[in-house]
Amino acid sequence: MAQFPERPSAWGGLATLLDTPQKRYAAIAVILVAMAVAPYVFGSYGTVILTNALLYVLLALGLNIVVGYAGLLDLGFAAFFAVGAYTVGITTLHFGLNFWLALPLAILLAIIAGIVIGAPTLRLRSDYLAIVTLGFGEIVRITARNLRETGGASGLIGIDSPWLFGWHIRTPLDFYYVFCVLAILGVIASVRLANSRLGRAWLYVRHDEDAAEAMGINRVKVKLAAYIVGAIYGSIGGAFFAANLGAISPESFSFRQSVLILMAVILGGMGKIPGVILGAFIVILAPELLRDFGDLRLLIFAVGLLLIMLFRPSGIWPARSKSR
Amino acid sequence: MSIFDIFTNQLLNGIVLGSFYALVALGYTMVFGVVKLLNFAHGELYMVGGFAGFLVLSFLAPYLGPGWLGVAVSMVLAMIAVGFLGVVIERVAYAPMLSAPRLSILITALAVSLVLQNGMLTLTKGQYVPFGAALGFGGIKLGNLFISYNQMILVGVAAVLMLALELFVSRTQYGRAMRAVSVDKDMARLMGINVNAVIGITFFVGSALAAAAGSMAGAYYGSLWYFMGFLIGLKAFTAAVIGGIGSIPGAMLGGLILGLLESFGTQLPGVGSEWKDVFSFSVLILVLVFKPTGLLGKPEQERM
Repeated sequence: MAQFPERPSAWGGLATLLDTPQKRYAAIAVILVAMAVAPYVFGSYGTVILTNALLYVLLALGLNIVVGYAGLLDLGFAAFFAVGAYTVGITTLHFGLNFWLALPLAILLAIIAGIVIGAPTLRLRSDYLAIVTLGFGEIVRITARNLRETGGASGLIGIDSPWLFGWHIRTPLDFYYVFCVLAILGVIASVRLANSRLGRAWLYVRHDEDAAEAMGINRVKVKLAAYIVGAIYGSIGGAFFAANLGAISPESFSFRQSVLILMAVILGGMGKIPGVILGAFIVILAPELLRDFGDLRLLIFAVGLLLIMLFRPSGIWPARSKSR
Repeated sequence: MSIFDIFTNQLLNGIVLGSFYALVALGYTMVFGVVKLLNFAHGELYMVGGFAGFLVLSFLAPYLGPGWLGVAVSMVLAMIAVGFLGVVIERVAYAPMLSAPRLSILITALAVSLVLQNGMLTLTKGQYVPFGAALGFGGIKLGNLFISYNQMILVGVAAVLMLALELFVSRTQYGRAMRAVSVDKDMARLMGINVNAVIGITFFVGSALAAAAGSMAGAYYGSLWYFMGFLIGLKAFTAAVIGGIGSIPGAMLGGLILGLLESFGTQLPGVGSEWKDVFSFSVLILVLVFKPTGLLGKPEQERM
């Protein structure tokens, strides 16, 4: 009898490596301790870089749901990132809204944007989504540049940092721990989604749309769900990004930003959470290590992306081993 | 200026802009027709074409001068060079992927475009490069409308190239093979058509047209930039979708329509030139919502 391929695990090869609960708990404990002490090991500059890497982990996890789980190419992911950041910036600066009230509003607006862009295009050939999202990303950036409310080309400054139960989240170290929590929540949500009914539907749609539809899966709804979940991740990342820096400008949300997030997803291995985390760290840490290369480093990334696609389309992170 | 003058001026601007869009849109639509691939790198071929034209012109200018003769010869050489570049890209990056999942091909195409873009960024250090053509400022005056010789030559060359393409596709044996492959690749192969050669020719012609637009744009606007292919790639795609992707006359029509929409659209109250790009992308999204097959396209089935 033919051997059915196993359902790919969101953990990639990790699930086979850490095959007992003891090993898993040990691994989780090591990671948590490493996250807790990292700022004291790498110093203040290192902490800022790590915070940025964790932001990218969150964004890449969100895009991974669109690209890795549902198999849709989104080239304008920075748009949702921008919606989150600008909603928080505008509502807290101009309307004096509390950050924790601005956050759900940012998520709501990103969901609406996701539906407006996704609903018409997801019915069409999947290639169209790539170009429409690219156009949408540009629309958001140009709008942010041209409106008075968004501060034009210079952007918004003086965005307040939030309070949480009497804790003023203010220093880089505070934000490092906030992003740690966000990244962990992002991982948990991604894993839970991958193993859910919706996650299985995404897998079907990615592998064979027509067969999935024949099995009673509404492919437009399922794809739209992926697109919206991605938008939620992006807007949360954007909201905390704005609160962290206190200043945002349109150029933080350019096409290059979307491409970097996409590279994080693909380089490490799309669909696999450890791969996506690895990818996010590569994208953020490599420029620090390749600082001397200047403009060349983007070219190195681009060539790396091309080589990955031609020779190892499943990414750097190893797939789950066959023997089990 | 009277309303009429504004109208004729914008009409002229729209036709010039539309000629560029149409030339680039043709490559998109031809490649899409034959291999069902959205070639993201197409806009970058326009950019590389501009730089290739610049490079050739800087060698030829001492002999042929920086006028239209030098530009024309550089344009033809740039077309040939970029045509071969297109074939190489197809062989190296796309050919191994044609049976892979659609997502992988799209990402590969994006990767090719990023390699070209960032390669040029490295070479030019992100600076604007002056094209080095000297085309003069002559022209004719029709009432209040000034039409420069450059605009006339540019639109004329674009029209000749499109006419040549139309004749190539409709009258020659290669064109017939191309149409056959776009209808059914496997059946065409059974009929004895060398499908790989047809795909190669398609990439060559499409890339050469983008390079022609790139060199002309460089000569007309006077400078080149590594990022110049990004926006026109998006616009040309919009033009191809308006006309109906896969349809050659559709790409020409779509390019012209988009050029006119943009130049008239920026005159509307509240749509200044800073909103020009938002305006065209909104047109793209509206067309995809209400008429995804475009004006001259045929409804098509999602590939399985």
